[in-house]
Amino acid sequence: MDNIAGTRARLVWAVNLAAAVLVVLWVVPTIGLLVSSFRDRDQITASGWWRAAFPATATSFVRAGTAKDQFQENGLWVIEGNVLEKGQRLERWGTSSRAPEAYAPGETIDLKEGEQITVTPDGHYRLTAPQEFTTTRGMRIFITTTTPPRFTTENYARVIGAEGLGQAFLNTMTVTIPATVIPILIAAFAAYALAWMQFPGRALLVAAVVGLLVVPLQLSLIPLLRFHNEIGLGKGYLGIWLAHTGFGLPLAIYLLRNYMVGLPKEIIESARVDGATEFQIFRRIILPLSFPALASFAIFQFLWVWNDLLVATVFLGNRPDQLVMTGVLRELLGSRGGDWEILAASAFVSIAVPLLVFFALQKYLVRGLLAGSVKGG
Amino acid sequence: MEQLMLAGGTILTGVFACVAWFWGANFVLDTVYPPRGAHAGRNILRANMIRPWLFIGPAILFLGVYLVYPVFKSTVMSFQDSDAQQFVGFANYEWLVSDAKFRESMRNNLMWLLVVPAASTFFGLIAAQLTDRIKWGNFAKSMIFMPMAISFVGAGVIWKFVYDYRAEGQDQIGLLNAIWVALGNSPETWLTVPFWNNFFLMIVLVWIQTGFAMVILSAALRGIPEETIEAAILDGANPWQLFFRIKVPQIWGTIAVVWTTITITVLKVFDIVFVMTNGEWGTQVLANMMYNWMFRGAPDYGRGSAIALVIMALVLPIMIWNIRNARKEMA
Repeated sequence: MDNIAGTRARLVWAVNLAAAVLVVLWVVPTIGLLVSSFRDRDQITASGWWRAAFPATATSFVRAGTAKDQFQENGLWVIEGNVLEKGQRLERWGTSSRAPEAYAPGETIDLKEGEQITVTPDGHYRLTAPQEFTTTRGMRIFITTTTPPRFTTENYARVIGAEGLGQAFLNTMTVTIPATVIPILIAAFAAYALAWMQFPGRALLVAAVVGLLVVPLQLSLIPLLRFHNEIGLGKGYLGIWLAHTGFGLPLAIYLLRNYMVGLPKEIIESARVDGATEFQIFRRIILPLSFPALASFAIFQFLWVWNDLLVATVFLGNRPDQLVMTGVLRELLGSRGGDWEILAASAFVSIAVPLLVFFALQKYLVRGLLAGSVKGG
Repeated sequence: MEQLMLAGGTILTGVFACVAWFWGANFVLDTVYPPRGAHAGRNILRANMIRPWLFIGPAILFLGVYLVYPVFKSTVMSFQDSDAQQFVGFANYEWLVSDAKFRESMRNNLMWLLVVPAASTFFGLIAAQLTDRIKWGNFAKSMIFMPMAISFVGAGVIWKFVYDYRAEGQDQIGLLNAIWVALGNSPETWLTVPFWNNFFLMIVLVWIQTGFAMVILSAALRGIPEETIEAAILDGANPWQLFFRIKVPQIWGTIAVVWTTITITVLKVFDIVFVMTNGEWGTQVLANMMYNWMFRGAPDYGRGSAIALVIMALVLPIMIWNIRNARKEMA
């Protein structure tokens, strides 16, 4: 028995460990970008984000003063200055690119023709010579410095203002909210008819909805854009609202119908017997009872529209002030490919709202997924 | 501000229009065929024949215009020239077959189809099984599920950072290269490595879709009757046998659903390729190729439509399978 208990304990450990590994694998990419979005530009390029909490080490050089800066002291010619910037700490220094870390702070080194140089731990350097300096180009002093970790929200301030993400946020909102609300209304009525009314062709319509669930959007883009142009809608918010409504309807009808079919028959029939009109039954009974399904679809549609890039690029204009956030992010990836502080902050501005919705309403999202997929989907 | 007013106005107008339509149409119907008086019976019958169409009318209109019509229109356009002016027979399809980029896209799409649904379902299954057995399972689920909420573009940025490349000798700031260099290799520009770069793109979609697979499979696993599991334990099955021989076979149906759903997503995958490589270095896929032909430079609607039709043809078997399943369930 001991042996079995031991195996069990080991198994529990293994399961916990495996789950932990999986979670870490899944979270780390996002954490990396999140951490980077709060780091300053120089630190991002100086060290990996996993070292963000530690001082960053960097090697660079500064030029000492030239002949103009020299003065005489006790018969020596002297050039003085400081190699450090604010916040940096000197670790090592050197005088040639071949050995940039040759000396410790505080050492004094002999150079050619009796010249001497010393760099103190506070970054102060002192270059001395028995004869007058003639250099017009300052000598290079290589320094290895550490900078304490620094976190900032400047990146966010910058992308929201200067990079136009603030405007894009508004645009995304403008696209998303009507494109979430309108399909729900239309679908709710249709789903009720498909679930609880008898009429010829009902089964065919349900089958059609299931089929339309998977029609690739790519097929619709050009014909619809041309159609919008022909009826004078052109590119703009109205067009994209209508398009998202159309694209979202199959899932909406499907989810809501599946849910409404499951509502207790007795309630609806007794209401009918009591003389309630269909409209009353729908508004007073079906709609309130279907709230969980309505919420599920609302979350789906919200996430989908908010995160969409394709429909927005096609149905909205491409002027900078017309872009939605995914569009801006794409432009930035092209034009600012290496500026990770900009990209990271922009990415997080654009995914903040979906993540918020996700964590707040996860329950409904899961419920909707199960309703949409486990049954037939 | 003005813009938000516009959006708010639209919501109000939309809601009002919908309510007005549904309420108004019902009201008119009840006035024309009042459910009382001499012909009450006949009137109710007639009204009940018309009413479903009032409820479902707007939806049919939208579905017709925004999904059904485009399918037919695209089909026609795929047989027309670049401006959709003249019929050119099968010229666009002949061009497709001979086009190297198209063959590359087909090859890549097939690889995506093989790898992504399989990997997502596999990891989803593992994640579901593991998280169901630990105390902090709900938290773990949330974390693995989270990428679902992130846009493909956002995910593209996140993963491009993981794949970031710095010249040899510099500190690597991309996680993958940092690990790679720590293992004693020289840094790679992962997204340009021929052939394998496709897999680096696929990882992004697997990362997103695993949570979806996990949520659904976890529900299915919990739905397995306790008796079968208890019986297996009594018979001395070890945890592996329990999982692969007892549990997995009982949820094949759900696994198939997850698999096909992810397959559909894969066929339409566009954003990830679009923002990460734009189909260069041998990573082109159908959806992105279609976008390029339709919206880049001088658009060629004929060729673009032909590519879209190929995607549709690949989706079609799953569509039919879904419809048959749904009908079986309704019957």
